[in-house]
Amino acid sequence: MLKIKNLESGYGRLTVLRKVTMHVSPGEIVTIIGANGAGKTTLLKTITGLIRARSGEILFADADIRTSPTEKIAFLGCALVPEGRQVFAPMTVKENLILGAYPRLRRGDSGVSARDLDHVYGLFPRLKERERQLAGTLSGGEQQMLAIARALMARPKLIMMDEPSMGLAPLIVKDIFSIVSRLRQDGNTVLLVEQNAKAALGIADRGYVIETGRIILQGDAEDLLSNRDVQRAYLGRDLDAETKI
Amino acid sequence: MYWEPENESMSREDLEQLQLERLESTLNRVYMNVPFYRRKFDELKIDIDNLRSLDDLRRLPFTSKEDLRNNYPYGLFAVPLREVVRIHASSGTTGMATVVGYTRNDLKIWSNLVARVLTAGGITKDDVVQIAFGYGLFTGGFGLHYGAERLGASVIPISSGNTARQIQIMQDFKTTALICTPSYAVLIADTIIEMGIDVNSLSLKHGLFGAEPWSDAMREEIQRKLKITATDNYGLSEVMGPGVAGECLERKGLHINEDHFLVEVINPETLEPVSPGETGELVITTLTKEAFPVIRFRTRDLTRLITEPCPCGRKFRKMVRVMGRTDDMLIVRGVNVFPSQIESVLFDVEGTEPHYQIIVDRKGALDAITVKVEVSESIFFDEMKKQNELIGLIKKRLQSDLGIGVDVKLVEKKSIERSEGKAKRVIDLRKI
Repeated sequence: MLKIKNLESGYGRLTVLRKVTMHVSPGEIVTIIGANGAGKTTLLKTITGLIRARSGEILFADADIRTSPTEKIAFLGCALVPEGRQVFAPMTVKENLILGAYPRLRRGDSGVSARDLDHVYGLFPRLKERERQLAGTLSGGEQQMLAIARALMARPKLIMMDEPSMGLAPLIVKDIFSIVSRLRQDGNTVLLVEQNAKAALGIADRGYVIETGRIILQGDAEDLLSNRDVQRAYLGRDLDAETKI
Repeated sequence: MYWEPENESMSREDLEQLQLERLESTLNRVYMNVPFYRRKFDELKIDIDNLRSLDDLRRLPFTSKEDLRNNYPYGLFAVPLREVVRIHASSGTTGMATVVGYTRNDLKIWSNLVARVLTAGGITKDDVVQIAFGYGLFTGGFGLHYGAERLGASVIPISSGNTARQIQIMQDFKTTALICTPSYAVLIADTIIEMGIDVNSLSLKHGLFGAEPWSDAMREEIQRKLKITATDNYGLSEVMGPGVAGECLERKGLHINEDHFLVEVINPETLEPVSPGETGELVITTLTKEAFPVIRFRTRDLTRLITEPCPCGRKFRKMVRVMGRTDDMLIVRGVNVFPSQIESVLFDVEGTEPHYQIIVDRKGALDAITVKVEVSESIFFDEMKKQNELIGLIKKRLQSDLGIGVDVKLVEKKSIERSEGKAKRVIDLRKI
């Protein structure tokens, strides 16, 4: 689905991604975990063409997208659920959703059907209730649901999510992650970028740990959860204190 | 039957992507966590960020057994000791041993890889597996044990030795699979025949053998005498232990677990890669080890890669059975013996001359070493008692340094043939 080799990227003279090699296979949830500033968001921005990669390869569904414009990447079926939701505040929930289906029109698809809306409303009953409400008036958790639902409207091959748990109450975070899990059961492919490593590894199949723009660990999510470096750096366990009895 | 079908039948393209990801993260970790590698890369002015393909691995320096010894015991560990849950050491001796460690994840992956090799050799969860490898610092016993448990087989951790008891257990416990060195399998087979036991009355079906060199003739012998399928498997403690590679029931080469080990075959003289399919020294880089990663470890084992696809469907490339060594290391009853170890003992003992010969032979099915050493005339013509004392002393020292028993013969001065140039110190009479 997504194959990245030796990706180098950054802003101006600042190099953020030094060398990232990773992949996502169809039907997987893959998570990228790492501290603030490690390069997680830069990676997603580079994949979606919002920042140009300096070198390396990005293959999406066997197409080289490294130099493709953002809209073309979206039309190919790569959807981003951006950091901080970024819903269209002055538009209704339903309008946001219909806009989400826009890439399909460009693919020559017949357009949005009631079935598409029913499908996302099935996943997020709350959005159905608030169908006519302005997106800007939704709570943080609801906006996150809307952002995910909007991405799904494009029927993407790959959904990339940037920090979906950010700024949300723990209970809402739990809801959001159970929805992400469900997306996989429905056959979706997800690339999840998260600071909440425990929650992300809890639902992911595989994960990559990024540090100063380099992948330092990769493997099955379960193995990463039991890796002591991951526990110390990202799961907040104070192992030094634990060993001193 | 595959243990991990998705991995074992992965396309070359997917495999190479995975290998590159794992190689890059391994290099990042060794550079951060192992001073030895950081120093070596810095000295050679290698920026690992500039290594961008599997072929670029060739720009990195080799790691030798010597490097491992120089960093005895924990110098090459990439994690703090508190994260290590198991420690093994290579067969060998005090001072010569190399120490390796495993995190919990390492053990999990190790078990899985051994389970793959066992499955390839025909073993399933329904088998009763008798593990007649030594349990201890040697990786053979525990490595296969945990792999067989992971598989769900019923494991008999009998360890090595006491052949009569091995056979008794084999009969009583209805063992279906035997795991040991090939030479021990022959000894067990011969003992079964000597004891007048009908092989058909046993439940044995499969055997997995490794840890020492053997031949197809020996395979035939084991298969015929024990009425089992006999497959070869390969591993070395420096890299992990058993589970690096293993034969499927086609019995035409060992599938390398390439998603966890990157292999190269080099010319041991020029250190350049050999042409595809040519024989050379196997060099291994670990791709997933946490506690003890190794970069381009020179195994000293001679083999060649088989690139033709295998009818079993596994996509991992195969290597032929190890054909020999590039150094003078002998593998005797599964134990690594260097002639230099014997030499240093002899030099230490008073009364011996610096002329000796090491004769390795296979008595029955077991390897035996005899050391012939010249002694000064005074001792040679001295009373028997003194000679026996000297023999006893040398034997004891060799036993403690090598870890295996050795026969010692004192011979008269100048009775060992002198050769011009390189002395022929080792005579290997084993026909395998």
